[in-house]
Amino acid sequence: MIEVYHYIGLFLIVLGSIFLFLGGLGIYRMPDLYDRLQAGTKASTLGAMSLILGVGFLQMAQAMPDGSLQTNWLIKAIILVVFIALSNPISSHALARGAYKKGIKPLIKGGDDYDAYKEQFQTEKEEDKA
Amino acid sequence: MDVLTQYIVYGALGFTVLGILFAFFRFVKGPTAADRTVALDTLTTISVAGLVLAGYLFQRFIYLDVALVYGVLGFIGIIVIARYLEGAL
Repeated sequence: MIEVYHYIGLFLIVLGSIFLFLGGLGIYRMPDLYDRLQAGTKASTLGAMSLILGVGFLQMAQAMPDGSLQTNWLIKAIILVVFIALSNPISSHALARGAYKKGIKPLIKGGDDYDAYKEQFQTEKEEDKA
Repeated sequence: MDVLTQYIVYGALGFTVLGILFAFFRFVKGPTAADRTVALDTLTTISVAGLVLAGYLFQRFIYLDVALVYGVLGFIGIIVIARYLEGAL
Protein backbone atom coordinates (compact mmCIF):
# COMPACT_ATOMS: atom_id res chain seq x y z
CA MET A 1 0.00 0.00 0.00
CA ILE A 2 2.89 2.35 0.80
CA GLU A 3 4.26 1.81 -2.73
CA VAL A 4 1.01 3.15 -4.16
CA TYR A 5 1.39 6.42 -2.24
CA HIS A 6 4.96 6.66 -3.53
CA TYR A 7 3.92 6.31 -7.17
CA ILE A 8 0.99 8.73 -6.75
CA GLY A 9 3.47 11.26 -5.37
CA LEU A 10 5.90 10.78 -8.26
CA PHE A 11 3.11 11.17 -10.84
CA LEU A 12 1.82 14.36 -9.19
CA ILE A 13 5.34 15.82 -9.03
CA VAL A 14 5.96 15.17 -12.74
CA LEU A 15 2.58 16.71 -13.68
CA GLY A 16 3.13 19.72 -11.44
CA SER A 17 6.62 20.52 -12.65
CA ILE A 18 5.56 20.31 -16.30
CA PHE A 19 2.68 22.71 -15.65
CA LEU A 20 4.94 25.10 -13.74
CA PHE A 21 7.34 25.13 -16.70
CA LEU A 22 4.44 25.80 -19.09
CA GLY A 23 3.25 28.64 -16.87
CA GLY A 24 6.65 30.31 -16.99
CA LEU A 25 6.84 29.80 -20.76
CA GLY A 26 3.36 31.30 -21.19
CA ILE A 27 4.35 34.33 -19.15
CA TYR A 28 7.33 34.82 -21.46
CA ARG A 29 5.74 34.06 -24.84
CA MET A 30 2.21 35.51 -24.73
CA PRO A 31 1.73 38.78 -26.64
CA ASP A 32 -0.50 40.74 -24.30
CA LEU A 33 -0.96 41.41 -20.58
CA TYR A 34 -4.33 39.67 -20.25
CA ASP A 35 -3.10 36.61 -22.16
CA ARG A 36 -0.10 36.50 -19.84
CA LEU A 37 -2.36 36.63 -16.79
CA GLN A 38 -4.46 33.78 -18.18
CA ALA A 39 -1.50 31.55 -19.03
CA GLY A 40 0.57 32.31 -15.98
CA THR A 41 -2.07 32.14 -13.30
CA LYS A 42 -4.00 29.06 -14.43
CA ALA A 43 -1.03 26.91 -15.33
CA SER A 44 1.04 27.84 -12.31
CA THR A 45 -1.90 27.35 -9.91
CA LEU A 46 -2.47 23.79 -11.14
CA GLY A 47 1.25 23.10 -11.21
CA ALA A 48 1.95 24.36 -7.70
CA MET A 49 -1.08 22.57 -6.24
CA SER A 50 -0.22 19.19 -7.70
CA LEU A 51 3.50 19.48 -6.97
CA ILE A 52 2.88 20.33 -3.30
CA LEU A 53 0.37 17.50 -2.93
CA GLY A 54 2.85 15.18 -4.61
CA VAL A 55 5.55 16.05 -2.09
CA GLY A 56 3.06 15.33 0.70
CA PHE A 57 2.26 11.87 -0.72
CA LEU A 58 5.93 11.12 -1.35
CA GLN A 59 6.83 11.95 2.22
CA MET A 60 3.87 9.92 3.51
CA ALA A 61 5.32 6.86 1.76
CA GLN A 62 8.43 7.09 3.96
CA ALA A 63 7.05 5.21 6.95
CA MET A 64 8.02 6.09 10.51
CA PRO A 65 10.21 3.60 12.45
CA ASP A 66 7.16 2.06 14.15
CA GLY A 67 5.47 1.44 10.77
CA SER A 68 2.82 4.15 10.91
CA LEU A 69 2.37 6.63 8.05
CA GLN A 70 4.01 10.05 8.24
CA THR A 71 1.05 12.36 7.67
CA ASN A 72 2.25 15.73 9.02
CA TRP A 73 3.74 16.73 5.65
CA LEU A 74 0.51 15.86 3.85
CA ILE A 75 -1.57 17.92 6.30
CA LYS A 76 0.63 21.00 5.86
CA ALA A 77 0.67 20.43 2.10
CA ILE A 78 -3.14 20.46 2.07
CA ILE A 79 -3.11 23.75 4.02
CA LEU A 80 -0.76 25.20 1.38
CA VAL A 81 -2.92 23.91 -1.47
CA VAL A 82 -6.06 25.47 0.01
CA PHE A 83 -4.24 28.76 0.48
CA ILE A 84 -3.00 28.77 -3.13
CA ALA A 85 -6.46 27.88 -4.44
CA LEU A 86 -7.93 30.82 -2.51
CA SER A 87 -5.28 33.48 -3.08
CA ASN A 88 -4.15 33.04 -6.70
CA PRO A 89 -7.47 33.80 -8.44
CA ILE A 90 -8.00 36.83 -6.19
CA SER A 91 -4.62 38.31 -6.99
CA SER A 92 -4.99 37.74 -10.74
CA HIS A 93 -8.47 39.29 -10.68
CA ALA A 94 -7.19 42.35 -8.81
CA LEU A 95 -4.31 42.68 -11.27
CA ALA A 96 -6.57 42.48 -14.33
CA ARG A 97 -8.90 45.09 -12.84
CA GLY A 98 -6.02 47.39 -11.94
CA ALA A 99 -4.50 47.08 -15.41
CA TYR A 100 -7.86 47.83 -17.04
CA LYS A 101 -8.37 50.90 -14.89
CA LYS A 102 -4.85 52.04 -15.74
CA GLY A 103 -5.92 52.01 -19.39
CA ILE A 104 -4.17 48.97 -20.87
CA LYS A 105 -6.20 47.61 -23.81
CA PRO A 106 -6.34 43.96 -24.91
CA LEU A 107 -4.79 43.12 -28.29
CA ILE A 108 -7.95 42.30 -30.29
CA LYS A 109 -8.98 43.74 -33.64
CA GLY A 110 -11.92 46.03 -32.88
CA GLY A 111 -11.51 45.25 -29.21
CA ASP A 112 -13.94 47.91 -28.08
CA ASP A 113 -16.87 45.99 -29.61
CA TYR A 114 -16.32 43.12 -27.18
CA ASP A 115 -15.61 45.26 -24.14
CA ALA A 116 -18.40 44.27 -21.75
CA TYR A 117 -16.72 45.84 -18.72
CA LYS A 118 -16.65 49.31 -20.29
CA GLU A 119 -20.26 50.31 -19.51
CA GLN A 120 -20.05 49.03 -15.96
CA PHE A 121 -16.77 50.89 -15.54
CA GLN A 122 -18.39 54.13 -16.72
CA THR A 123 -21.33 53.78 -14.31
CA GLU A 124 -18.92 53.00 -11.47
CA LYS A 125 -17.01 56.18 -12.27
CA GLU A 126 -20.20 58.27 -12.26
CA GLU A 127 -21.26 56.75 -8.97
CA ASP A 128 -17.89 57.63 -7.50
CA LYS A 129 -18.27 61.22 -8.61
CA ALA A 130 -21.82 61.53 -7.25
CA MET B 1 15.72 7.55 -2.05
CA ASP B 2 16.00 5.04 -4.86
CA VAL B 3 17.35 5.98 -8.28
CA LEU B 4 13.98 6.52 -10.02
CA THR B 5 12.76 8.86 -7.29
CA GLN B 6 16.03 10.74 -7.39
CA TYR B 7 15.87 11.25 -11.17
CA ILE B 8 12.24 12.37 -11.05
CA VAL B 9 12.69 14.81 -8.16
CA TYR B 10 15.82 16.39 -9.64
CA GLY B 11 14.14 16.57 -13.06
CA ALA B 12 11.12 18.27 -11.52
CA LEU B 13 13.45 20.75 -9.81
CA GLY B 14 15.05 21.45 -13.21
CA PHE B 15 11.67 22.11 -14.86
CA THR B 16 10.66 24.39 -11.99
CA VAL B 17 13.87 26.38 -12.29
CA LEU B 18 13.29 26.70 -16.06
CA GLY B 19 9.84 28.13 -15.34
CA ILE B 20 11.34 30.60 -12.86
CA LEU B 21 13.91 31.58 -15.50
CA PHE B 22 11.29 32.32 -18.19
CA ALA B 23 9.13 34.31 -15.78
CA PHE B 24 12.22 36.23 -14.70
CA PHE B 25 13.02 37.12 -18.33
CA ARG B 26 9.53 38.63 -18.58
CA PHE B 27 10.07 40.40 -15.25
CA VAL B 28 13.20 42.05 -16.62
CA LYS B 29 11.79 42.74 -20.09
CA GLY B 30 8.11 43.59 -19.50
CA PRO B 31 7.25 46.93 -21.11
CA THR B 32 4.94 48.29 -18.42
CA ALA B 33 4.70 48.04 -14.65
CA ALA B 34 1.60 45.82 -14.93
CA ASP B 35 3.53 43.26 -17.01
CA ARG B 36 6.24 43.12 -14.38
CA THR B 37 3.65 42.66 -11.65
CA VAL B 38 2.05 39.74 -13.52
CA ALA B 39 5.48 38.15 -13.87
CA LEU B 40 6.12 38.70 -10.15
CA ASP B 41 2.83 36.99 -9.26
CA THR B 42 3.77 33.90 -11.27
CA LEU B 43 7.31 33.97 -9.87
CA THR B 44 5.92 33.88 -6.34
CA THR B 45 3.68 30.88 -7.06
CA ILE B 46 6.46 28.93 -8.79
CA SER B 47 8.88 29.77 -5.98
CA VAL B 48 6.46 28.46 -3.33
CA ALA B 49 6.36 25.11 -5.15
CA GLY B 50 10.14 25.15 -5.54
CA LEU B 51 10.57 25.75 -1.81
CA VAL B 52 8.37 22.75 -0.99
CA LEU B 53 10.40 20.58 -3.38
CA ALA B 54 13.65 21.81 -1.80
CA GLY B 55 12.19 20.95 1.61
CA TYR B 56 11.63 17.38 0.41
CA LEU B 57 15.16 17.15 -0.97
CA PHE B 58 16.77 18.38 2.27
CA GLN B 59 14.20 16.56 4.46
CA ARG B 60 13.41 19.73 6.42
CA PHE B 61 9.81 20.15 7.57
CA ILE B 62 10.29 23.86 8.33
CA TYR B 63 10.55 24.68 4.58
CA LEU B 64 6.79 24.19 4.26
CA ASP B 65 6.17 26.93 6.84
CA VAL B 66 8.64 29.15 5.00
CA ALA B 67 6.72 28.52 1.76
CA LEU B 68 3.39 29.37 3.44
CA VAL B 69 4.69 32.67 4.86
CA TYR B 70 6.32 33.56 1.54
CA GLY B 71 3.02 32.90 -0.23
CA VAL B 72 1.05 35.09 2.19
CA LEU B 73 3.51 37.98 1.92
CA GLY B 74 3.61 37.75 -1.88
CA PHE B 75 -0.19 37.74 -2.05
CA ILE B 76 -0.44 40.88 0.09
CA GLY B 77 2.23 42.58 -2.01
CA ILE B 78 0.43 41.78 -5.27
CA ILE B 79 -2.89 43.10 -3.90
CA VAL B 80 -1.22 46.35 -2.79
CA ILE B 81 0.48 46.82 -6.20
CA ALA B 82 -2.83 46.15 -7.98
CA ARG B 83 -4.55 48.81 -5.84
CA TYR B 84 -1.74 51.19 -6.73
CA LEU B 85 -2.18 50.51 -10.45
CA GLU B 86 -5.88 51.31 -10.11
CA GLY B 87 -4.92 54.70 -8.77
CA ALA B 88 -6.75 54.12 -5.51
CA LEU B 89 -3.75 54.21 -3.23
